[in-house]
Amino acid sequence: MKKVGNQSYILNKPVNIAATASIVGPKEKEGPLHQFFDQCLEDEFWGESSWEKAESKLVKEAVSMAISKSGIASSNIDFCFAGDLLNQCIASSFGLRETNIPFIGLFGACSTFVESMIMASALIDGDFATNTICTASSHFCSAEKQFRFPLELGNQRPPSSQWTVTGSGAAILTKDGTGPFITSFTPGKIVDMGIKDANNMGAAMAGAAEDTLVRHLTDTGREPNYYDVILTGDLGYIGKDILIDLVSSKGYNIKDIYNDCGVLMFYKEKQDTHSGGSGCGCIATVFSGFVYQMLQEKKYKKVLMIATGALMNSTSTQQGESIPGIAHAISIEVL
Amino acid sequence: MDWMMILKAFVVGGAICVIGQILIDKTKLTPARILVAYVTIGAILGGLGLYKYLIDFAGCGATVPLTGFGSLLAKGTISEVQTTGFIGAFTGGIKAAAGGISAAIFFGYIASLVSKPKIKKQ
Repeated sequence: MKKVGNQSYILNKPVNIAATASIVGPKEKEGPLHQFFDQCLEDEFWGESSWEKAESKLVKEAVSMAISKSGIASSNIDFCFAGDLLNQCIASSFGLRETNIPFIGLFGACSTFVESMIMASALIDGDFATNTICTASSHFCSAEKQFRFPLELGNQRPPSSQWTVTGSGAAILTKDGTGPFITSFTPGKIVDMGIKDANNMGAAMAGAAEDTLVRHLTDTGREPNYYDVILTGDLGYIGKDILIDLVSSKGYNIKDIYNDCGVLMFYKEKQDTHSGGSGCGCIATVFSGFVYQMLQEKKYKKVLMIATGALMNSTSTQQGESIPGIAHAISIEVL
Repeated sequence: MDWMMILKAFVVGGAICVIGQILIDKTKLTPARILVAYVTIGAILGGLGLYKYLIDFAGCGATVPLTGFGSLLAKGTISEVQTTGFIGAFTGGIKAAAGGISAAIFFGYIASLVSKPKIKKQ
């Protein structure tokens, strides 16, 4: 792995993405990407007694599905990187407590999935691991309770709010294979735009996405059109427009090749999620379902995934703190 | 049946909710702050003796929204102070509103026994 520019890394040997799995909830099932997901649930509880337990089950099942698709014995998996949005990441740790795979819990808010792929790629590239699994999850009902209000309160969501995706995505990264491959990545810096509204996270994270995207392009010497598609997850409609403006002020036009996982996940008018989807599970399932299939079918050959996270919690919101944003970029190519 | 009263209750109660909706959509106020603001405004108007004109005009259209709860707190406090003295400032409001508060707890508990929370539609 070699460092280029300020904060980007190009892998010596591209890391193979051997298999992915995605499971989503009922609302996501009604969305435009439903045919790309491995499994769509009929109800949010999935037979469990709480939403937290349902989210843990999402993680557990997505991971075991990805492992069985890859054909790799779970005893041959060196690391499991996982994260979610619940306090102390219990969806991941409770969901994966029986897997017997060395576990490293991560928190990068909605950037967790790409964060986990960066960690896994670096370890594989450095010969510290051969097979790893990366996963992230979120659940609308548990996230509302965690970050906003319990659903039992029945309060309304303001127009700028995003809808936390119920779902879990998992990817198996291996040293050898036929691709698609992770070729480079740019870990992001924390950027705080001074936004204090927990219901407008797209705006809070857009600055971090801009910083990482421009840094990635500058470090690697690439133009945006090097990629077939640049995907952020999840700025939603508001953050997406802000990012296009911010990046164009830096001299890059990304309008034609850029989209956001939160925008792709739901129908805007019909499903009325206000500003689109969000949550760790959003980019995790959009990548594991839709993007991975596009790469396999060679409809996309070069993809830049930029996962964005809002690094706040409910206490910082109540204390009137602004929301620091983070964005991690990873480029995935068919070679 | 007093159809005119029903219409007035609908219009006034609805208008109070419309203001809340505009506050949610157009400002950064959280629902919790709007809720507290409504109770406070109701208590101030009730304390000044103004809210009773709205109740006379619109009945439940004025008493059911949170502003009605606020005015009830003020009214209860004032009358308790008049009968029992200073200590009424601490007991009157809750006493007057006790029926509503207890009913909310009781029926909320019953509802939690017979129903399960669901995801919202939008």
